[in-house]
Amino acid sequence: MEQGRIILTHDRLLLTLERLALSIAESSAGEKGICIIGIQEKGAFFSDQVVTRYQNLPQVIPFEYGKIDITFYRDDFRRRESPLKAYGTDMPFLVEGKKVILIDDVLYTGRTIHAAMAALLDFGRPASIELMCLVDRRFNRHFPIQADHVGITIDSVEEAYVKVHWDPKAKNHHVILYPGKV
Amino acid sequence: MSTSSSGTQLSTKHLLGIKYITTEDIIKICKMATEFKEVINRPIKKVPSLRDVTIANVFFENSTRTRVSFELAERRLSADIVNFSASSSSVNKGETLLDTVNNILAMKVDMVVMRHPAPGAHHFLAQHIDANIINAGDGTHEHPTQALLDAFSMMEKIGDLRGKNILIVGDVLHSRVALSNIYCLKKLGANVKVCGPPTLIPPFLKELGVEVEYDIKKALKWCHVANVLRIQLERQDIKYIPSIREYSQYFGINKKMVDDVNKDIIIMHPGPINRGVEISSDLADSGYSIILDQVENGVAVRMAVLYLLAAIK
Repeated sequence: MEQGRIILTHDRLLLTLERLALSIAESSAGEKGICIIGIQEKGAFFSDQVVTRYQNLPQVIPFEYGKIDITFYRDDFRRRESPLKAYGTDMPFLVEGKKVILIDDVLYTGRTIHAAMAALLDFGRPASIELMCLVDRRFNRHFPIQADHVGITIDSVEEAYVKVHWDPKAKNHHVILYPGKV
Repeated sequence: MSTSSSGTQLSTKHLLGIKYITTEDIIKICKMATEFKEVINRPIKKVPSLRDVTIANVFFENSTRTRVSFELAERRLSADIVNFSASSSSVNKGETLLDTVNNILAMKVDMVVMRHPAPGAHHFLAQHIDANIINAGDGTHEHPTQALLDAFSMMEKIGDLRGKNILIVGDVLHSRVALSNIYCLKKLGANVKVCGPPTLIPPFLKELGVEVEYDIKKALKWCHVANVLRIQLERQDIKYIPSIREYSQYFGINKKMVDDVNKDIIIMHPGPINRGVEISSDLADSGYSIILDQVENGVAVRMAVLYLLAAIK
Protein backbone atom coordinates (compact mmCIF):
# COMPACT_ATOMS: atom_id res chain seq x y z
CA MET A 1 0.00 0.00 0.00
CA GLU A 2 1.29 3.43 -0.89
CA GLN A 3 2.10 5.76 1.95
CA GLY A 4 -0.41 8.53 2.68
CA ARG A 5 0.31 12.09 3.76
CA ILE A 6 -1.40 13.71 6.75
CA ILE A 7 -3.10 16.87 5.54
CA LEU A 8 -4.88 17.70 8.83
CA THR A 9 -3.23 16.81 12.13
CA HIS A 10 -5.15 16.24 15.34
CA ASP A 11 -4.46 19.70 16.78
CA ARG A 12 -5.20 21.48 13.55
CA LEU A 13 -8.40 19.45 13.08
CA LEU A 14 -9.67 20.49 16.55
CA LEU A 15 -9.19 24.14 15.61
CA THR A 16 -10.97 23.55 12.31
CA LEU A 17 -13.93 21.97 14.15
CA GLU A 18 -14.16 25.01 16.45
CA ARG A 19 -14.09 27.34 13.46
CA LEU A 20 -16.79 25.37 11.61
CA ALA A 21 -19.05 25.40 14.69
CA LEU A 22 -18.65 29.16 14.87
CA SER A 23 -19.28 29.38 11.15
CA ILE A 24 -22.73 27.79 11.63
CA ALA A 25 -23.48 30.25 14.44
CA GLU A 26 -22.41 33.18 12.26
CA SER A 27 -24.35 32.15 9.15
CA SER A 28 -27.53 31.33 11.07
CA ALA A 29 -27.58 34.49 13.23
CA GLY A 30 -31.05 36.03 13.09
CA GLU A 31 -32.75 32.75 12.07
CA LYS A 32 -35.56 31.37 14.25
CA GLY A 33 -34.20 27.86 14.09
CA ILE A 34 -32.04 25.63 11.94
CA CYS A 35 -31.65 21.96 11.11
CA ILE A 36 -28.22 20.36 11.10
CA ILE A 37 -28.12 17.12 9.14
CA GLY A 38 -25.16 14.75 8.80
CA ILE A 39 -24.91 12.36 5.86
CA GLN A 40 -24.56 8.70 6.92
CA GLU A 41 -22.27 7.17 7.68
CA LYS A 42 -18.92 8.99 7.67
CA GLY A 43 -20.42 12.45 7.33
CA ALA A 44 -22.36 11.77 10.53
CA PHE A 45 -19.14 11.09 12.50
CA PHE A 46 -17.99 14.56 11.39
CA SER A 47 -21.35 16.23 12.09
CA ASP A 48 -21.37 14.72 15.62
CA GLN A 49 -18.07 16.51 16.30
CA VAL A 50 -19.32 19.83 14.89
CA VAL A 51 -22.67 19.68 16.69
CA THR A 52 -21.02 18.91 20.05
CA ARG A 53 -18.97 22.11 19.68
CA TYR A 54 -21.86 24.15 18.27
CA GLN A 55 -24.19 23.42 21.18
CA ASN A 56 -21.52 24.50 23.67
CA LEU A 57 -21.25 27.94 22.11
CA PRO A 58 -22.87 30.79 24.07
CA GLN A 59 -26.25 31.95 22.75
CA VAL A 60 -26.86 29.42 19.98
CA ILE A 61 -30.21 29.57 18.25
CA PRO A 62 -32.50 26.52 18.63
CA PHE A 63 -31.56 23.69 16.32
CA GLU A 64 -32.60 20.18 15.40
CA TYR A 65 -30.02 17.54 14.61
CA GLY A 66 -30.58 14.54 12.36
CA LYS A 67 -28.76 12.00 10.26
CA ILE A 68 -29.77 11.08 6.77
CA ASP A 69 -28.98 7.91 4.82
CA ILE A 70 -28.82 8.43 1.06
CA THR A 71 -28.30 4.83 -0.09
CA PHE A 72 -31.72 4.58 -1.76
CA TYR A 73 -31.25 7.93 -3.55
CA ARG A 74 -27.87 7.22 -5.14
CA ASP A 75 -27.60 7.51 -8.91
CA ASP A 76 -25.29 4.50 -9.29
CA PHE A 77 -27.76 1.75 -8.22
CA ARG A 78 -27.53 -1.19 -10.69
CA ARG A 79 -24.30 0.30 -12.00
CA ARG A 80 -22.17 -1.20 -9.24
CA GLU A 81 -20.98 -4.73 -8.63
CA SER A 82 -23.11 -5.10 -5.51
CA PRO A 83 -25.78 -3.14 -3.65
CA LEU A 84 -24.65 -0.72 -0.94
CA LYS A 85 -25.29 -1.11 2.73
CA ALA A 86 -27.78 1.32 4.25
CA TYR A 87 -27.04 2.99 7.57
CA GLY A 88 -30.40 4.25 8.76
CA THR A 89 -32.01 7.66 8.75
CA ASP A 90 -32.70 9.42 12.02
CA MET A 91 -34.74 12.49 11.17
CA PRO A 92 -37.55 12.88 13.73
CA PHE A 93 -38.52 16.29 12.30
CA LEU A 94 -39.55 17.93 9.02
CA VAL A 95 -37.37 20.50 7.26
CA GLU A 96 -40.35 22.42 5.86
CA GLY A 97 -39.53 26.15 5.69
CA LYS A 98 -36.32 25.78 7.72
CA LYS A 99 -32.71 26.54 7.00
CA VAL A 100 -30.67 23.35 6.70
CA ILE A 101 -26.94 22.85 7.19
CA LEU A 102 -26.02 19.64 5.38
CA ILE A 103 -22.78 18.04 6.55
CA ASP A 104 -20.46 15.52 4.87
CA ASP A 105 -16.81 14.73 5.47
CA VAL A 106 -15.39 14.87 1.94
CA LEU A 107 -16.82 16.79 -1.04
CA TYR A 108 -15.54 15.32 -4.27
CA THR A 109 -17.76 14.57 -7.31
CA GLY A 110 -20.83 16.13 -5.71
CA ARG A 111 -22.98 13.05 -6.39
CA THR A 112 -23.41 12.23 -2.70
CA ILE A 113 -24.59 15.78 -2.01
CA HIS A 114 -26.94 15.65 -4.99
CA ALA A 115 -28.47 12.44 -3.62
CA ALA A 116 -28.64 13.94 -0.12
CA MET A 117 -30.58 16.94 -1.37
CA ALA A 118 -33.03 14.62 -3.17
CA ALA A 119 -33.46 12.67 0.08
CA LEU A 120 -33.86 15.86 2.10
CA LEU A 121 -36.72 17.08 -0.09
CA ASP A 122 -38.70 14.01 1.03
CA PHE A 123 -38.80 15.58 4.49
CA GLY A 124 -40.37 18.86 3.32
CA ARG A 125 -39.36 21.97 1.39
CA PRO A 126 -36.49 23.65 3.22
CA ALA A 127 -36.13 27.44 3.06
CA SER A 128 -32.48 26.98 2.10
CA ILE A 129 -29.68 24.43 2.25
CA GLU A 130 -26.05 25.21 3.06
CA LEU A 131 -23.30 22.65 2.68
CA MET A 132 -20.49 22.03 5.14
CA CYS A 133 -17.60 19.69 4.42
CA LEU A 134 -14.36 18.96 6.19
CA VAL A 135 -12.33 18.37 3.03
CA ASP A 136 -13.17 20.01 -0.29
CA ARG A 137 -11.44 18.27 -3.21
CA ARG A 138 -11.65 21.04 -5.77
CA PHE A 139 -11.08 19.04 -8.95
CA ASN A 140 -13.25 16.46 -10.66
CA ARG A 141 -16.66 17.79 -9.65
CA HIS A 142 -19.46 16.12 -11.67
CA PHE A 143 -22.19 18.53 -10.58
CA PRO A 144 -22.25 22.30 -10.02
CA ILE A 145 -22.15 21.94 -6.22
CA GLN A 146 -19.99 24.06 -3.90
CA ALA A 147 -19.61 24.01 -0.12
CA ASP A 148 -20.48 27.06 2.03
CA HIS A 149 -18.43 25.99 5.06
CA VAL A 150 -15.12 24.27 4.35
CA GLY A 151 -12.51 22.78 6.70
CA ILE A 152 -9.67 22.46 4.22
CA THR A 153 -9.50 22.76 0.45
CA ILE A 154 -7.13 20.48 -1.43
CA ASP A 155 -6.11 19.99 -5.05
CA SER A 156 -5.58 16.32 -5.80
CA VAL A 157 -5.46 14.02 -8.81
CA GLU A 158 -8.40 11.75 -9.62
CA GLU A 159 -6.69 8.58 -8.31
CA ALA A 160 -6.01 10.13 -4.92
CA TYR A 161 -8.11 9.14 -1.92
CA VAL A 162 -8.91 11.10 1.21
CA LYS A 163 -9.55 9.28 4.47
CA VAL A 164 -10.79 10.94 7.64
CA HIS A 165 -9.90 9.06 10.82
CA TRP A 166 -12.02 9.68 13.92
CA ASP A 167 -10.35 8.30 17.00
CA PRO A 168 -12.93 6.85 19.46
CA LYS A 169 -10.75 8.13 22.33
CA ALA A 170 -10.58 11.61 20.69
CA LYS A 171 -6.81 11.66 21.01
CA ASN A 172 -5.76 11.26 17.41
CA HIS A 173 -8.23 12.53 14.82
CA HIS A 174 -6.55 13.22 11.48
CA VAL A 175 -7.05 13.36 7.72
CA ILE A 176 -4.78 11.48 5.30
CA LEU A 177 -4.40 11.94 1.55
CA TYR A 178 -3.36 8.74 -0.23
CA PRO A 179 -1.96 8.84 -3.77
CA GLY A 180 -4.13 5.83 -4.76
CA LYS A 181 -7.24 3.97 -3.54
CA VAL A 182 -6.56 2.22 -0.23
CA MET B 1 -18.29 8.50 -0.42
CA SER B 2 -20.44 7.88 2.64
CA THR B 3 -21.26 4.21 2.16
CA SER B 4 -19.50 0.91 1.57
CA SER B 5 -20.58 -2.17 -0.34
CA SER B 6 -19.35 -4.78 2.10
CA GLY B 7 -21.44 -7.91 2.09
CA THR B 8 -24.90 -6.81 1.01
CA GLN B 9 -25.13 -8.81 -2.18
CA LEU B 10 -27.41 -11.86 -2.26
CA SER B 11 -26.08 -15.22 -3.43
CA THR B 12 -28.82 -15.54 -6.04
CA LYS B 13 -30.37 -13.64 -8.91
CA HIS B 14 -33.86 -15.02 -8.27
CA LEU B 15 -36.00 -15.68 -5.22
CA LEU B 16 -37.49 -19.05 -6.15
CA GLY B 17 -37.84 -20.36 -2.61
CA ILE B 18 -36.25 -20.20 0.83
CA LYS B 19 -34.73 -23.63 0.17
CA TYR B 20 -32.47 -22.11 -2.45
CA ILE B 21 -31.11 -19.12 -0.52
CA THR B 22 -28.55 -19.04 2.28
CA THR B 23 -28.94 -18.08 5.94
CA GLU B 24 -26.79 -15.01 5.18
CA ASP B 25 -29.23 -14.02 2.42
CA ILE B 26 -32.13 -14.19 4.89
CA ILE B 27 -30.26 -12.01 7.37
CA LYS B 28 -29.26 -9.50 4.67
CA ILE B 29 -32.88 -9.22 3.51
CA CYS B 30 -34.12 -8.71 7.10
CA LYS B 31 -31.47 -6.04 7.77
CA MET B 32 -32.38 -4.18 4.59
CA ALA B 33 -36.09 -4.49 5.52
CA THR B 34 -35.38 -2.61 8.75
CA GLU B 35 -34.15 0.32 6.65
CA PHE B 36 -37.21 0.18 4.41
CA LYS B 37 -39.54 0.03 7.40
CA GLU B 38 -38.16 3.44 8.40
CA VAL B 39 -38.78 4.67 4.83
CA ILE B 40 -42.44 3.57 4.79
CA ASN B 41 -43.05 5.41 8.05
CA ARG B 42 -41.82 8.73 6.67
CA PRO B 43 -44.15 11.54 5.55
CA ILE B 44 -43.10 10.79 1.94
CA LYS B 45 -42.93 7.01 1.79
CA LYS B 46 -41.07 6.71 -1.46
CA VAL B 47 -37.46 6.43 -2.60
CA PRO B 48 -36.20 6.63 -6.20
CA SER B 49 -33.97 3.51 -6.19
CA LEU B 50 -35.79 1.43 -8.83
CA ARG B 51 -36.85 4.31 -11.09
CA ASP B 52 -35.35 2.66 -14.20
CA VAL B 53 -36.67 -0.81 -13.39
CA THR B 54 -39.86 -2.28 -14.83
CA ILE B 55 -41.59 -5.07 -12.93
CA ALA B 56 -44.32 -7.38 -14.19
CA ASN B 57 -46.69 -8.79 -11.57
CA VAL B 58 -47.92 -12.00 -13.17
CA PHE B 59 -50.64 -13.68 -11.14
CA PHE B 60 -52.04 -16.96 -12.44
CA GLU B 61 -53.85 -17.48 -9.12
CA ASN B 62 -56.05 -15.20 -7.06
CA SER B 63 -54.34 -12.97 -4.57
CA THR B 64 -55.26 -9.79 -2.78
CA ARG B 65 -52.84 -9.17 0.04
CA THR B 66 -49.65 -10.45 -1.63
CA ARG B 67 -50.37 -8.62 -4.88
CA VAL B 68 -51.21 -5.35 -3.13
CA SER B 69 -48.18 -5.70 -0.87
CA PHE B 70 -45.83 -6.32 -3.83
CA GLU B 71 -47.41 -3.50 -5.79
CA LEU B 72 -47.01 -1.06 -2.90
CA ALA B 73 -43.40 -2.17 -2.36
CA GLU B 74 -42.68 -1.63 -6.06
CA ARG B 75 -44.32 1.79 -6.09
CA ARG B 76 -42.51 2.87 -2.92
CA LEU B 77 -39.25 2.05 -4.74
CA SER B 78 -40.42 4.09 -7.80
CA ALA B 79 -40.44 1.10 -10.19
CA ASP B 80 -42.70 0.98 -13.25
CA ILE B 81 -45.33 -1.73 -12.95
CA VAL B 82 -47.24 -3.97 -15.34
CA ASN B 83 -50.05 -5.98 -13.77
CA PHE B 84 -51.19 -9.15 -15.37
CA SER B 85 -53.67 -11.73 -14.16
CA ALA B 86 -54.61 -15.03 -15.72
CA SER B 87 -58.31 -14.31 -15.90
CA SER B 88 -57.77 -11.36 -18.24
CA SER B 89 -54.97 -12.88 -20.32
CA SER B 90 -54.34 -15.07 -23.31
CA VAL B 91 -53.60 -17.99 -20.99
CA ASN B 92 -57.28 -18.80 -21.36
CA LYS B 93 -56.73 -18.91 -25.12
CA GLY B 94 -54.14 -21.70 -24.82
CA GLU B 95 -50.88 -19.74 -24.63
CA THR B 96 -48.00 -21.46 -22.77
CA LEU B 97 -46.38 -19.98 -19.67
CA LEU B 98 -43.09 -19.40 -21.49
CA ASP B 99 -44.79 -17.62 -24.40
CA THR B 100 -46.82 -15.46 -22.06
CA VAL B 101 -43.78 -14.36 -20.07
CA ASN B 102 -41.55 -13.96 -23.13
CA ASN B 103 -44.15 -11.64 -24.61
CA ILE B 104 -44.10 -9.57 -21.45
CA LEU B 105 -40.29 -9.56 -21.42
CA ALA B 106 -40.18 -8.39 -25.05
CA MET B 107 -41.69 -5.20 -23.69
CA LYS B 108 -38.41 -4.71 -21.72
CA VAL B 109 -39.39 -5.91 -18.28
CA ASP B 110 -36.53 -6.35 -15.79
CA MET B 111 -38.19 -8.36 -13.02
CA VAL B 112 -41.10 -10.78 -12.83
CA VAL B 113 -43.12 -11.34 -9.66
CA MET B 114 -45.19 -14.45 -10.30
CA ARG B 115 -47.81 -16.56 -8.56
CA HIS B 116 -48.61 -19.84 -10.27
CA PRO B 117 -50.65 -22.91 -9.25
CA ALA B 118 -47.95 -25.34 -10.47
CA PRO B 119 -45.10 -26.05 -8.02
CA GLY B 120 -41.79 -25.37 -9.76
CA ALA B 121 -43.18 -23.02 -12.42
CA HIS B 122 -40.63 -20.42 -11.35
CA HIS B 123 -37.70 -22.79 -11.75
CA PHE B 124 -38.81 -23.54 -15.27
CA LEU B 125 -39.05 -19.84 -16.03
CA ALA B 126 -35.69 -19.03 -14.45
CA GLN B 127 -34.01 -21.48 -16.81
CA HIS B 128 -35.49 -19.83 -19.87
CA ILE B 129 -35.59 -16.10 -19.32
CA ASP B 130 -33.15 -13.43 -18.31
CA ALA B 131 -35.17 -11.30 -15.86
CA ASN B 132 -35.00 -11.60 -12.05
CA ILE B 133 -37.84 -13.87 -10.91
CA ILE B 134 -39.57 -13.62 -7.56
CA ASN B 135 -41.86 -16.39 -6.39
CA ALA B 136 -45.07 -14.98 -4.94
CA GLY B 137 -46.42 -18.50 -4.33
CA ASP B 138 -46.25 -21.66 -6.43
CA GLY B 139 -49.06 -24.11 -5.68
CA THR B 140 -48.45 -25.98 -2.44
CA HIS B 141 -44.66 -25.57 -2.70
CA GLU B 142 -43.20 -22.26 -1.46
CA HIS B 143 -44.14 -18.67 -0.65
CA PRO B 144 -40.73 -17.24 0.22
CA THR B 145 -41.61 -13.59 0.86
CA GLN B 146 -44.27 -14.65 3.38
CA ALA B 147 -41.69 -16.72 5.27
CA LEU B 148 -39.23 -13.82 5.21
CA LEU B 149 -41.79 -11.36 6.55
CA ASP B 150 -42.86 -13.89 9.21
CA ALA B 151 -39.23 -14.36 10.31
CA PHE B 152 -38.66 -10.58 10.25
CA SER B 153 -41.79 -10.01 12.38
CA MET B 154 -40.70 -12.69 14.87
CA MET B 155 -37.19 -11.25 15.15
CA GLU B 156 -38.66 -7.80 15.70
CA LYS B 157 -40.50 -9.15 18.75
CA ILE B 158 -38.18 -11.78 20.24
CA GLY B 159 -34.78 -11.07 18.63
CA ASP B 160 -32.49 -13.88 17.52
CA LEU B 161 -34.50 -17.01 16.64
CA ARG B 162 -31.74 -19.48 17.54
CA GLY B 163 -33.13 -21.94 20.08
CA LYS B 164 -36.63 -20.38 20.04
CA ASN B 165 -39.66 -22.64 19.75
CA ILE B 166 -41.92 -21.89 16.80
CA LEU B 167 -45.22 -23.71 16.31
CA ILE B 168 -47.05 -23.95 12.99
CA VAL B 169 -50.71 -24.93 13.40
CA GLY B 170 -53.15 -26.10 10.77
CA ASP B 171 -53.19 -27.30 7.19
CA VAL B 172 -49.47 -27.94 6.75
CA LEU B 173 -50.04 -30.33 3.85
CA HIS B 174 -51.48 -27.72 1.51
CA SER B 175 -49.65 -24.71 2.87
CA ARG B 176 -46.78 -23.19 0.92
CA VAL B 177 -46.45 -20.73 3.80
CA ALA B 178 -45.72 -23.64 6.16
CA LEU B 179 -43.01 -25.15 3.95
CA SER B 180 -41.26 -21.83 3.35
CA ASN B 181 -41.54 -21.00 7.06
CA ILE B 182 -40.01 -24.36 8.01
CA TYR B 183 -37.03 -23.86 5.66
CA CYS B 184 -36.56 -20.27 6.85
CA LEU B 185 -36.89 -20.98 10.59
CA LYS B 186 -34.61 -24.01 10.45
CA LYS B 187 -31.98 -21.94 8.61
CA LEU B 188 -32.24 -19.32 11.34
CA GLY B 189 -31.70 -21.98 14.02
CA ALA B 190 -35.21 -22.15 15.51
CA ASN B 191 -36.93 -25.32 16.80
CA VAL B 192 -40.00 -25.98 14.70
CA LYS B 193 -43.03 -28.06 15.62
CA VAL B 194 -46.24 -28.49 13.66
CA CYS B 195 -49.68 -29.27 15.00
CA GLY B 196 -52.77 -30.32 13.06
CA PRO B 197 -54.95 -33.27 12.08
CA PRO B 198 -52.81 -36.27 10.98
CA THR B 199 -54.37 -36.15 7.52
CA LEU B 200 -53.05 -32.61 7.00
CA ILE B 201 -49.49 -33.29 8.22
CA PRO B 202 -47.21 -34.40 5.37
CA PRO B 203 -45.01 -37.47 6.00
CA PHE B 204 -41.69 -35.83 4.98
CA LEU B 205 -41.48 -33.43 7.94
CA LYS B 206 -39.05 -35.58 9.97
CA GLU B 207 -36.47 -35.22 7.20
CA LEU B 208 -36.70 -31.46 7.61
CA GLY B 209 -36.06 -31.75 11.34
CA VAL B 210 -39.60 -30.82 12.32
CA GLU B 211 -41.48 -32.42 15.19
CA VAL B 212 -45.19 -33.20 15.14
CA GLU B 213 -47.64 -32.70 18.00
CA TYR B 214 -51.33 -33.54 17.84
CA ASP B 215 -52.40 -31.93 21.11
CA ILE B 216 -52.82 -28.18 20.60
CA LYS B 217 -52.70 -27.38 24.33
CA LYS B 218 -49.36 -29.17 24.79
CA ALA B 219 -48.03 -27.48 21.66
CA LEU B 220 -49.01 -24.01 22.92
CA LYS B 221 -47.23 -24.67 26.22
CA TRP B 222 -44.05 -25.49 24.31
CA CYS B 223 -43.90 -22.54 21.93
CA HIS B 224 -42.72 -18.90 21.95
CA VAL B 225 -44.53 -18.13 18.71
CA ALA B 226 -47.58 -19.79 17.15
CA ASN B 227 -48.10 -19.25 13.43
CA VAL B 228 -51.70 -20.23 12.68
CA LEU B 229 -52.63 -21.30 9.16
CA ARG B 230 -55.90 -21.30 7.30
CA ILE B 231 -57.63 -24.52 6.28
CA GLN B 232 -57.34 -24.41 2.50
CA LEU B 233 -60.61 -25.94 1.43
CA GLU B 234 -60.06 -24.83 -2.15
CA ARG B 235 -56.99 -27.07 -2.45
CA GLN B 236 -58.67 -30.15 -0.98
CA ASP B 237 -59.90 -32.56 -3.61
CA ILE B 238 -60.96 -35.12 -0.99
CA LYS B 239 -62.21 -34.76 2.57
CA TYR B 240 -59.20 -34.50 4.88
CA ILE B 241 -61.24 -33.51 7.92
CA PRO B 242 -64.76 -34.57 8.92
CA SER B 243 -66.01 -31.01 9.32
CA ILE B 244 -64.85 -27.45 9.88
CA ARG B 245 -66.64 -27.55 13.24
CA GLU B 246 -64.70 -30.59 14.38
CA TYR B 247 -61.42 -29.06 13.18
CA SER B 248 -62.20 -25.91 15.12
CA GLN B 249 -62.92 -27.90 18.28
CA TYR B 250 -59.64 -29.83 18.16
CA PHE B 251 -57.22 -27.34 16.61
CA GLY B 252 -58.85 -23.90 16.78
CA ILE B 253 -57.13 -21.48 19.18
CA ASN B 254 -58.90 -18.94 21.36
CA LYS B 255 -57.73 -16.31 23.86
CA LYS B 256 -58.52 -18.42 26.92
CA MET B 257 -56.24 -21.22 25.73
CA VAL B 258 -53.37 -18.75 25.35
CA ASP B 259 -54.18 -17.07 28.69
CA ASP B 260 -54.10 -20.49 30.39
CA VAL B 261 -50.56 -21.15 29.17
CA ASN B 262 -49.60 -18.18 31.31
CA LYS B 263 -46.71 -16.88 29.23
CA ASP B 264 -46.31 -14.34 26.43
CA ILE B 265 -46.96 -16.22 23.22
CA ILE B 266 -46.86 -14.35 19.93
CA ILE B 267 -49.76 -15.25 17.65
CA MET B 268 -49.28 -14.88 13.91
CA HIS B 269 -51.44 -15.60 10.89
CA PRO B 270 -50.51 -15.11 7.22
CA GLY B 271 -54.13 -14.29 6.33
CA PRO B 272 -56.80 -14.44 5.16
CA ILE B 273 -58.24 -15.30 8.59
CA ASN B 274 -61.25 -17.52 9.01
CA ARG B 275 -62.47 -16.08 12.28
CA GLY B 276 -63.94 -18.73 14.53
CA VAL B 277 -62.33 -21.62 12.63
CA GLU B 278 -58.55 -21.73 13.20
CA ILE B 279 -58.44 -18.65 15.40
CA SER B 280 -61.11 -16.90 17.46
CA SER B 281 -61.90 -13.22 17.06
CA ASP B 282 -60.93 -12.38 20.64
CA LEU B 283 -57.45 -13.83 20.08
CA ALA B 284 -56.93 -12.33 16.61
CA ASP B 285 -57.70 -8.88 18.00
CA SER B 286 -55.82 -9.34 21.28
CA GLY B 287 -52.42 -8.10 22.42
CA TYR B 288 -50.92 -11.53 21.64
CA SER B 289 -51.56 -11.07 17.94
CA ILE B 290 -49.09 -9.37 15.57
CA ILE B 291 -51.16 -10.07 12.46
CA LEU B 292 -51.30 -6.42 11.36
CA ASP B 293 -47.56 -5.95 12.05
CA GLN B 294 -47.01 -8.82 9.64
CA VAL B 295 -48.93 -6.95 6.93
CA GLU B 296 -46.90 -3.75 7.49
CA ASN B 297 -43.63 -5.68 7.54
CA GLY B 298 -44.67 -7.43 4.33
CA VAL B 299 -44.21 -4.23 2.35
CA ALA B 300 -40.79 -3.50 3.92
CA VAL B 301 -39.53 -7.06 3.37
CA ARG B 302 -40.71 -7.10 -0.24
CA MET B 303 -39.01 -3.75 -0.82
CA ALA B 304 -35.79 -5.27 0.53
CA VAL B 305 -36.11 -8.34 -1.73
CA LEU B 306 -36.83 -6.24 -4.82
CA TYR B 307 -34.02 -3.79 -4.03
CA LEU B 308 -31.39 -6.44 -3.39
CA LEU B 309 -32.34 -8.55 -6.42
CA ALA B 310 -32.60 -5.55 -8.75
CA ALA B 311 -29.01 -4.69 -7.93
CA ILE B 312 -27.93 -7.92 -9.68
CA LYS B 313 -28.44 -7.46 -13.42
